[in-house]
Amino acid sequence: MESGIFFSDYRSDMALRRMPLQKVRTGLLLAGLVVFPFLATPYWLNLANQIAIATIGAIGLNILVGYTGQISLGQGAFMAVGAYGSGLLTVRLDVPFYLSIPAAAAITAVAGLVVGLPSLRLKGLYLAVATLAAQQIVEFVVTHWDGLTGGTEALVVPAPELFGARMNTDGRFYWILVIVALAVALFAANLFRSRVGRAWVAIRDQDIAASAIGVNVFGYKLLAFATSSFLVGLSGALLAHYRSIVTWERFTIEVSISYLAMIIIGGLGTISGSFFGASLIVLLPAMINTLGRSLQDTAPWAATVLPYVQQGVFGLVIILFLVLEPEGLAKLWRNVKDYFRVWPFSY
Amino acid sequence: MGSDVFLQLTVSGLSNGMVYALVAVGFVVIFKASDVINFAQGEFLLFGAYLAFAFIAQFGLPWSLGVLATLLTAAMIGLIVERLVLRPLIGEPVISMIMVTIGLSSLLRAVVNGIWGVRPKAFPNFIPSGEVEFLGAIVGIDRLLVIAIAAILLTVLTLFFRHTRDGIAMRAIADDQQAALSMGISIKRVLAVAWAMAAITAAVAGIMLANTVGVSHDIIFIGLRVFPVVILGGLDSLPGAIVGGGVIGLLESYTAGYTTSGLELIVPYIVLILVLMIRPYGLFGKEIIERV
Repeated sequence: MESGIFFSDYRSDMALRRMPLQKVRTGLLLAGLVVFPFLATPYWLNLANQIAIATIGAIGLNILVGYTGQISLGQGAFMAVGAYGSGLLTVRLDVPFYLSIPAAAAITAVAGLVVGLPSLRLKGLYLAVATLAAQQIVEFVVTHWDGLTGGTEALVVPAPELFGARMNTDGRFYWILVIVALAVALFAANLFRSRVGRAWVAIRDQDIAASAIGVNVFGYKLLAFATSSFLVGLSGALLAHYRSIVTWERFTIEVSISYLAMIIIGGLGTISGSFFGASLIVLLPAMINTLGRSLQDTAPWAATVLPYVQQGVFGLVIILFLVLEPEGLAKLWRNVKDYFRVWPFSY
Repeated sequence: MGSDVFLQLTVSGLSNGMVYALVAVGFVVIFKASDVINFAQGEFLLFGAYLAFAFIAQFGLPWSLGVLATLLTAAMIGLIVERLVLRPLIGEPVISMIMVTIGLSSLLRAVVNGIWGVRPKAFPNFIPSGEVEFLGAIVGIDRLLVIAIAAILLTVLTLFFRHTRDGIAMRAIADDQQAALSMGISIKRVLAVAWAMAAITAAVAGIMLANTVGVSHDIIFIGLRVFPVVILGGLDSLPGAIVGGGVIGLLESYTAGYTTSGLELIVPYIVLILVLMIRPYGLFGKEIIERV
């Protein structure tokens, strides 16, 4: 903590960013986000957009897993509901995307409530297995309900239009995604300082004690499922419009796992961790790909083992973080900040 | 559609169910000893199958030696996994345990695919592939062997958990790690034994699968399909694994036989959710009463 800073009113004491350094960092971050699309190549813009979508989904999952302690392996299923919901509303009913995306997120929230019902009786491992079952059932419904989803065929979603401009390039979509992602992060950060957020943390830390001090455990668990799935559905719906194509392969159990990996690697129960984790999980395969390509001339066999290397590194990173730094990248970032806060006079 | 179809479905369902049961036993051993659900069980199967393939088909060992080498290597892998991955996490929350086994599954899968590729391989069948008629239905001999091996494993493991020092220590640790520690039980030793045993069981199941369905990547999915089996039977119950395997196998077989739209893929999961809602500890599992 810095010393010599005095708050003379409640407003500044309660502010989300209280310290001068925090304000500087936030300003730098915002400036960076505004400047980025003018400097970046399309390749990096594409990656940035993927990170933004993943961050929204990871924050959603973090609400459920990191804050409320309810393990979910159904992330892919919820994203599917959001993506197909918004896609079908646009394609079949001609709903504009700025209405269909929130509508799809709301539908996903209802789905989340249904999947959350078993949490009345189940926790920990058993809840994880129940959500795994939900994931399999949703996957089955999506691939077999040909009349609604088109089954295993891809659903083509037209590029959205806003203010007469077609949002069909990475550069244009970037603004939508960044604004939504920032809004979600701000919403979540404030949510965790509220009555609801505190109740969730109480349930995570000790549910019986929470109910003893008057927290309605089941009600708040359901609320966590609904809020979390709303954001996850939002991320799925954005993905549908960004990719302009929806296929079931994007929403398998593998997706659930990679989102869990994001929040574990980033740090459970932190907003910044959701962003760090999402960035790492999106960038890691891309970097390995680039590395493999650059090796192509010296070692032609590199290309054939590339997918396995990506998969192996993914697993290895999860294991290493769990063993060496269970609090994730958010903790590492905190260490860096702590180090420089009193630098060079650390003693 | 008559009684002969029903009989054939019953027999094939039961024999499939016994394959599931064989896989489920590995889950149960680890859960009984450490309260961990091993999401990498499918990859352990895969490793077992490919190791057997490597020893018998690639190195040309006679099958008895090949199987022995496979089991020993599998035990080594189990020990290494326990030492490097699971032991640092003793006492960590459930989510860490789940995620670490998921990470492990990704890593193991990459290793297997990196070494042997993803194309299915022809396994040199060392089990006679004939068929026998049983109550008017046709059963492969390999399936009968699966049933016999499942029965033997079940008996051996039941005796192990009832009568040996390590087996009783495993149950004590699963019940309460701290109390077990204070009674002088070495958690490290017991967990190492448990993972080695689970890897060996998985290798046995993997070899049997390699014989019945071939050496291919699809073996992994059997690891996921076994969740309904262990939940139905009870996560800490060996007889439960057998009964659960039989019931799920039959259910799949009947749905596949009497309906058309591929419903058998999700019927086990619907059963799983129903069981979780009504009896979360399964048919034979021990009911856990939570105290603060």
